[in-house]
Amino acid sequence: MAELIARSAFQGLLPLRFGNVEAVEVMAATITSVSPFRGQETKVSKALEKAVGVPFPDAGRVIARDDVRAIWTGMGQCFVLGADPGPLPGAAVTDQTDAWGALAIEGTDARAVLARLVPIDLRPDVFAVGHAARTLFGHMACVLTREAGDRYGIMVFRSMAGSAAHELEGAMRKVAARERLQ
Amino acid sequence: MQIDCPFCGARDIREFTYLGHETYIHRPADEAWSDAWNDYLHNRENPAGMTRDLWFHGSGCGAWLVVTRNTVTHEITGVELAREASRHAG
Ligand SMILES: [Zn+2]
Repeated sequence: MAELIARSAFQGLLPLRFGNVEAVEVMAATITSVSPFRGQETKVSKALEKAVGVPFPDAGRVIARDDVRAIWTGMGQCFVLGADPGPLPGAAVTDQTDAWGALAIEGTDARAVLARLVPIDLRPDVFAVGHAARTLFGHMACVLTREAGDRYGIMVFRSMAGSAAHELEGAMRKVAARERLQ
Repeated sequence: MQIDCPFCGARDIREFTYLGHETYIHRPADEAWSDAWNDYLHNRENPAGMTRDLWFHGSGCGAWLVVTRNTVTHEITGVELAREASRHAG
């Protein structure tokens, strides 16, 4: 069998570091979308928790246990990262592992960088640690999470990784340049 | 302008796409052509005041919303999920 060389979504594009902000690629072992059918939400949530240790999250939230995370990714849908739940009766389950590019952005000015790209209220008490949002990253659809005080996770369609890194670098350079003026 | 999505909270207009009046979720039950079908497909009010329109939160949660909006003041007085509005209407 041919020996294929794996190429990550942000290979050659990340890491980036400007001023006090760093962006690095994050690799998830598995990404699985889980969409319960109508009326099956409770049953699927219980089955999911039994399978991987995390239930189906509320809208706009992330549930994390050990290395497994369930991220709310839209109406009636969540992504499970880090463990494969396998088939769940009553839900549409699809493997999304290679469909997304994921990165983490961290630093004192991480929020200022994001504010140039993302049109949601990012104030710390509004978009709190453990929150998730489907929104725009520049002109791209994204999954945004707040992982710690100054650390955010961003997922974009893998085919958009180049554009995402380009947009991010522009915003990071501008925020760092302003910082240098102060 | 912002729309207060039931799932996502207040979000910027750029995340939404406009479809048209909520008439689209009240499809006539009968299959044969009728005045009701003619109204459904072609006839819309053009109110100076309150209207209820369908908006798609495509760059957010993916929900279809019924937004109650005043065309004169641009005030938004209600947002609900289209599937629930449709269910209530029967
Ligand atoms: Zn929404």
